[in-house]
Amino acid sequence: MAHGGCGYPLRTMEANSDRETRGDSPSPGDLRSPGLWPSRQRRRGGRQMEEGARSALIAAASTVILVGIVLWWVLTSEAWPAVQRQFFNWDHFWKSFPDVVGGFWLDIKMFLIAEVLILFFALVLAMIRSLRGPAFFPLRALVVLFIDLIRGVPIILLILLLGFGIPALQLSGVPNSPLFWGVTTLIISYSAYTAEVYRAGIESVHESQRMAARSLGLTQMQTLRFVLVPQAIRNVIPALLNGFVSLQKDVALVYVLGVREGVREAQIYIAGTFNYTPYIVATILFLLVSVPVARFTDWYTERDRRRRQAVGSS
Amino acid sequence: MTAKVEVRSVVKSFDDKVVLRDVDLVVQPHEVVCLIGSSGSGKSTMLKCINLLVEIDDGQIMLDGEEITDPSVNPNDIRQRMGIVFQAFNLFPHMNVLDNITLSPIKVHGVRKDEAVERARGLLEQFGLLDKIEEYPDRLSGGQQQRVAVVRALATQPELMLFDEVTSALDPELVAEVLGVIRGLKEEGMTMIIATHEMGFARDVADQVCFLDNGVILEKGEPGKIFSEPEQPRTRQFLQRIVEAGRL
Repeated sequence: MAHGGCGYPLRTMEANSDRETRGDSPSPGDLRSPGLWPSRQRRRGGRQMEEGARSALIAAASTVILVGIVLWWVLTSEAWPAVQRQFFNWDHFWKSFPDVVGGFWLDIKMFLIAEVLILFFALVLAMIRSLRGPAFFPLRALVVLFIDLIRGVPIILLILLLGFGIPALQLSGVPNSPLFWGVTTLIISYSAYTAEVYRAGIESVHESQRMAARSLGLTQMQTLRFVLVPQAIRNVIPALLNGFVSLQKDVALVYVLGVREGVREAQIYIAGTFNYTPYIVATILFLLVSVPVARFTDWYTERDRRRRQAVGSS
Repeated sequence: MTAKVEVRSVVKSFDDKVVLRDVDLVVQPHEVVCLIGSSGSGKSTMLKCINLLVEIDDGQIMLDGEEITDPSVNPNDIRQRMGIVFQAFNLFPHMNVLDNITLSPIKVHGVRKDEAVERARGLLEQFGLLDKIEEYPDRLSGGQQQRVAVVRALATQPELMLFDEVTSALDPELVAEVLGVIRGLKEEGMTMIIATHEMGFARDVADQVCFLDNGVILEKGEPGKIFSEPEQPRTRQFLQRIVEAGRL
């Protein structure tokens, strides 16, 4: 709150004084949500608009020049024909495309199913870990032990351990599909990390909120559920979205179990042709999903920060 | 007659700082007790001890003759029987006024939703807040927030109300309104313990005034006696400073 209180007026004042000294009249845009968009508001003044246009031009020109130089350097190098043959072969691109896309669709499905369950299990773990009082000690200790163990082991090792290990036991009534155990391992591993994200959020809610809730007769669980967790989640949404990006890529790890997802399909194609273009196909597909999610995370975080400042300074 | 609240030789320290040392207090049913004294004298801690928000180190606290500080007592059951209003409001920022008020009646006391809403509307009207029913706390002034907090505590229909310097953050014209409500509560027979810096308020509303100093109740009695002819030099000194500050 103090942040919003100082940061804002300063910048707005700066913008105003700029305008006054240069004799520009405020544009109609300034009347909309005053103080909410300091940087844009600044640019809207006449002189600043010119400056903004000029910097955009310089940015565009220097980007074009740099990209041009790099492209020229790469495309004229002696190695380029070999690189193109191995990685950017249109023929192999289109031939492998259907299978890789089909596998990638499985990646997306694994991601969606795992993410929903992770968000749920992680929250349960975090809530248990946040319970107070000696009676809950064994539960808390179990959760801490679980989180420490899972976070301490490489995820690929967990996938191998559960994905090959459990089906090998041939227990009756226990699924032995590698796909099932691969996704289960991702859920277990990511739940441990995500639980810590939630816990940080729960601890960031002021103690007086817990006290107010308890004074109204709410139990610890009710306090968590109705008062602390809703406020905590809002605080950790950017961190949770970051976890989304990470999981969206890590689902590909289950290829080691032979699950025919995107990377595995690419590999199968490559095994028959010794051409690596299908890896580029898979790369592009993953980027098509993860980059927008990453951009969304940034956009959301920025918007949330601005909103809080607006409340803090009003 | 069994006392409503009985505090017996209560001791409480935070780390190595002793906040309450051997405090005794008896509050009869329908009685209004005001706790006065400088900041850090232990008023606030005493209320939190009675509400079991703070665990006492030694002594006993009885509610209707039953020991509530016994380890076998479920604090949630006890807290359901009393309401507390804090200095800093402590409203839930992610809920609107109505949800703040109806949360405990619905989830803890098992009141039907429409009934809880009806009761909340009645109380909000009484406090002049009915038009704020859909608002979120950050849209309300400090005075409005504190009135919502009072309504939230009253909505659980407590047998005992604890007020922790609730008028400190109120706009002057609202203090009188809260005073009126507390008088109303007194007429209904509500037992209340009020920690306050508002001496005029204490003299007006209290049946018994306790002067706390450095973790002990140095002097207690009827407001007329405490404010007009205090026995202890510390009480006289405290009241003298209050008068100098123009607060009495």
